[in-house]
Amino acid sequence: MSQRHPVLTMTAISKLFPGVRALDGVDFRLFPGEVHALMGENGAGKSTLIKVLTGVYGTDSGTITLDGRKVDFTGPMQATSAGVSTVYQEVNLLPNLSVAENVFIGREPLRFGTVDWPTMRRGAADLLARFDLHLDVTELLGTYSLAVQQMVAIARAVDVRARVLILDEPTSSLDADEVAQLLRIMRQLRDEGIAILFVTHFLDQVYSVADRITVLRNGRLVGEWPTGELPQLALVEKMIGKELDALESIDAAAGRDPDRVAAGAPLVAADGLGRSGSVAPFSLTIHAGEVVGLAGLLGSGRTEVARLFFGADRADSGTLTVDGRPTAIRNPVAAIDRDIAFCSENRRTEGLVGELTVRENILLAMQAARGWLRPVPRRRQDELVKRWVEALSIRPADPELPVRNLSGGNQQKVLLARWLITEPRLLILDEPTRGIDIGAKTEIQRLVVELADGGMAVLFISAELEEVLRLSHRVVVMRDRQMVARLTNDETLDAGQVMAVIAGGDHQEATT
Amino acid sequence: MTTVRTRLGAATAHRLFWPLVVLALLIAANTVHRPGFLAVELKNGHLYGSLVDIVRLSAPLILVALGMSLVIATGGIDLSVGSVAAVSGAVACLHISNQPDQNGIGGVLTALLLAFGVALLLGVWNGALVAVVGIQPIIATLILMVAGRGLAQLVTEGQIITINSEPYRTIGVGHLLTLPFAIVVALAVTLVVAVLTRRTALGMIIEAVGGNAEASRLAGIRSRRITVLVYVISAACAAVAGFMMTANVSSADGNAVGLWVELDAILAVVIGGTALAGGRFYLGGTIVGALLIQTLTTSVYAMSIDPQTALLFKAVVVIAVCLIQAPAFRARLRRRKAPPPPPPSTVETPKEQVPA
Amino acid sequence: MTMTPLVARPARVRRRVPQRHVPVLATLALLLVMYGVGVSQYTAFSNIQVVFNIFIDNGFLLVVAVGMTFVILTGGIDLSVGSVVAMTAMVSASLLRSGLHPSLVLVIALLIGPTLGFAMGCVIHFFDIQPFIVTLAGMFFARGMCTWISAASVPITDGFWTTMAQHRIRIGENFVSISVLIALVVVVVAAFVLAYTRLGRNVYAIGGNPQSALLMGLPVARTRIAVYTVSGLCSAIGGIMLSFYTLSGAPLIAVGMELDVIAAVVIGGTLLTGGSGYVFGTVLGVLVLGVIQTLITFDGTLNSWWTKIVIGALLFAFILLQRLVGLRAK
Repeated sequence: MSQRHPVLTMTAISKLFPGVRALDGVDFRLFPGEVHALMGENGAGKSTLIKVLTGVYGTDSGTITLDGRKVDFTGPMQATSAGVSTVYQEVNLLPNLSVAENVFIGREPLRFGTVDWPTMRRGAADLLARFDLHLDVTELLGTYSLAVQQMVAIARAVDVRARVLILDEPTSSLDADEVAQLLRIMRQLRDEGIAILFVTHFLDQVYSVADRITVLRNGRLVGEWPTGELPQLALVEKMIGKELDALESIDAAAGRDPDRVAAGAPLVAADGLGRSGSVAPFSLTIHAGEVVGLAGLLGSGRTEVARLFFGADRADSGTLTVDGRPTAIRNPVAAIDRDIAFCSENRRTEGLVGELTVRENILLAMQAARGWLRPVPRRRQDELVKRWVEALSIRPADPELPVRNLSGGNQQKVLLARWLITEPRLLILDEPTRGIDIGAKTEIQRLVVELADGGMAVLFISAELEEVLRLSHRVVVMRDRQMVARLTNDETLDAGQVMAVIAGGDHQEATT
Repeated sequence: MTTVRTRLGAATAHRLFWPLVVLALLIAANTVHRPGFLAVELKNGHLYGSLVDIVRLSAPLILVALGMSLVIATGGIDLSVGSVAAVSGAVACLHISNQPDQNGIGGVLTALLLAFGVALLLGVWNGALVAVVGIQPIIATLILMVAGRGLAQLVTEGQIITINSEPYRTIGVGHLLTLPFAIVVALAVTLVVAVLTRRTALGMIIEAVGGNAEASRLAGIRSRRITVLVYVISAACAAVAGFMMTANVSSADGNAVGLWVELDAILAVVIGGTALAGGRFYLGGTIVGALLIQTLTTSVYAMSIDPQTALLFKAVVVIAVCLIQAPAFRARLRRRKAPPPPPPSTVETPKEQVPA
Repeated sequence: MTMTPLVARPARVRRRVPQRHVPVLATLALLLVMYGVGVSQYTAFSNIQVVFNIFIDNGFLLVVAVGMTFVILTGGIDLSVGSVVAMTAMVSASLLRSGLHPSLVLVIALLIGPTLGFAMGCVIHFFDIQPFIVTLAGMFFARGMCTWISAASVPITDGFWTTMAQHRIRIGENFVSISVLIALVVVVVAAFVLAYTRLGRNVYAIGGNPQSALLMGLPVARTRIAVYTVSGLCSAIGGIMLSFYTLSGAPLIAVGMELDVIAAVVIGGTLLTGGSGYVFGTVLGVLVLGVIQTLITFDGTLNSWWTKIVIGALLFAFILLQRLVGLRAK
């Protein structure tokens, strides 16, 4: 393998965003005729690396060479014309045009200066037939399933003479048959000599199709291995890593007995709760004063579980019981009525209203619950906001600042404060410590322990196993949109065991 | 509503700086043209003067623009306000014209209530199309913009209903406590809307929905109800404006009442600093915007230029204001000149053209 | 490779009407029903000349609506069309009065609309300002220009214009005006451009998803500016046709025409969100409006305002239909 020359080399790539080093001296290479999986958790830098490669972002340092020549793309179009094509998870085609046009638009065959439809149709049909895809190319693309659209996108990418094909999470919304078809096409293209960069969250797909694996974590390169030399468990370890931080004190404070907590009456119980295309039916009980950790890789369905509990998505199977009474939670309003709160992992798009001030963002949920006709009196507003700005040490401590001017950690605290003033009984935290500095992280973790000691139930979602193990009474593991294990967090449980479950080891053993 | 912004040279960065500068320039140009422009005098216990006239004439626009501000804050738009004004004006005039005594206060009040009720229904219709059926606001309200004109003519049976009702006329041209009654009404409605939005949590919730609809949903806001509510408020404001416009001339013409007022209202809102994309809204800014538009129109009248030609200046103002507010335009300017410049001088063009 | 090929079939069974044709077919059905009603109610309605008259009376509307179809297909809107029509008629009338040669007048009149459209397209694209606002400014500008040129109506006495206005092209017993031929040529050219040129296909692409179009390497800027220019050109042609029709330029003519045009395009089945629709549908939409007017004229007891109410109701029905079709497609 070492005799061959890589078609693409990225050397010592660094990319800085305000306050974040998204990529830090990352090396990456891609050989012709291989499928190379790029792995990493949220914030590892995968998408930044792809965007740097395709010219969406410029680099701060480092070089990219294609076929031995230094390149510096100014945008995806330029990358495409140089032979680097990208197919995204959300298909970037035109559902309102026919399949044939989607393959050829922008380079339609012309006759006397006008579009030559018959030739175009034939060309598209022939091209798709190469992938064993036999469809009516005159039909609108939007009438076909996402899988077919995905494959049409690949066909278009390959047909513009791509030598490097980037597949960014192409399988996230496909079912098993469709995935098999897609993987088959990937192998076929690989055999034709195309270099494929494959990003996915599904480990089994990596092991079934990838020749090599590169792992990123926190913007740094962890390493590059031939797939055969990196067992699944080792891969998960490399991806999640072991972050030792200033959490020892919390551990000591947690003189908690999981069994005693679980002995009380359940606060919320899901029985066969699920939503097709989102998360398979699962059952889970959460007690007052209990911290349930939800572990799993990105895309494993952990966020989807949280959204069902909160009514952000509507469940289409199973039942939910709150306080022993069956309850249909159809929307967030219903969840909030039952004292359930949810801090989304996407602070910017699903959490905060950037234009509004810190004060207004903190008050939003409480005010929504009271209705607009009963405003929280200004004095009480100031009191509440002042208390929580101090308690969570939100900086800068100016409640009239637009919240978008705050750092990520402080935004997270504002979001937490919004829900804490509503005094919820179940607090769902989706990746509350992601992308924030270590000090704020410790504060939030300590807060979770305190809240649980005070009787609040917490559903704690995090990609960091150490964090989950430190805070939780019980750990629930998600894999491939299924709840695969429920583990009691006693002295015997360690990160290695959980990681084995996440990686898809023998989970029968782990469920005991 | 005061923004304390210390960066970027406090005054010029304020969103009302340029609108106020243009307003001042317009007034200055008028004063040069006609020295008596600024004079305000008390005659028979009533205030008179060009400035008073401008405020009085801008009252209907202020009303419509206030409602429009709230709609735009949610990220919507209401094209139907002109038609709603026409319908409510027509309904009120029709009812009054059917009274045996057109000067009876009771008859006028029932007419107003009836017309107001009709307007509220039209508002609910708009709101339901947007919030429940899920049609884009610009399209949903286009329906009523077209059909509403027909409805207004249906009410008046294609005629111009002329009434002779002193109480109704008062709404447009009467006086109260030395002030023209229209100004009093505009002040009152402004006060009501301000209290409704800023003394309750409505304003904040509207801004939350317009700023980030998904985050608002996840915070437990019932955004559908809020959306319907703002369209109802908008229709209510338009109705009052419709009363004023018809009272001004003591007649209702289904075709002419409130024609193009939706465009002026949108313009006033945008000049006032409320972004068309939704989010923060500024009632004070909207009023400045409305006054600016009316001053421009009046100036053009005063300089005996054809009123239709005033549209030329309006076009310049629209483009100038939108360009100043467009991030893409600012970015381009900044790239060209190294130090961040104040918003471009294009806004001054109307001032230079007006005396011409 | 012994794997069974994935049999991909559209989600919907074929043989049924393709979803994208539903709105156009609905319009066609509506048109036929309305015509049927007319014929069954009024004997004079069955005269072919009635149909021809609809074309004669609405030729300029049709041309402008074709231009609007381009804009709406990209997901934009052009509010300036009515004013540009009036401005073009005004400019033609006043230039003719000043004694300029008719051919020169035609050229100048035909250049003004596209120039304004081009400028608006540039502002929309490069400064990222909503089409609604920019074309609103264009509408104010053009209308202001009209009265600036002349506050009163300007009659046209030029020989070429009067010929164009009065010449009748006989078709059997009946006749059409030259404007109708112009309108038909515009329709055919537009339909051809949309279906068979790269420009036309890019118009659909941008309406489908501008981000995707950009990523696929399509000339988004050029196309977006082009559609507003096309709309300006169509408005200019419409303006000249209107001046043929009325033999004058009046500052307040075609006020509110943009609403009729938008209504015609929407009733013709073009999605206001862009990406789907046909010029043929727009023709049907204009005909629907024409038939409504004719029916109301024939009836005599119904009044003109019913036109607006019916158009509003139709708009509502068709927008609702589009929404339902859109929902089912997902």
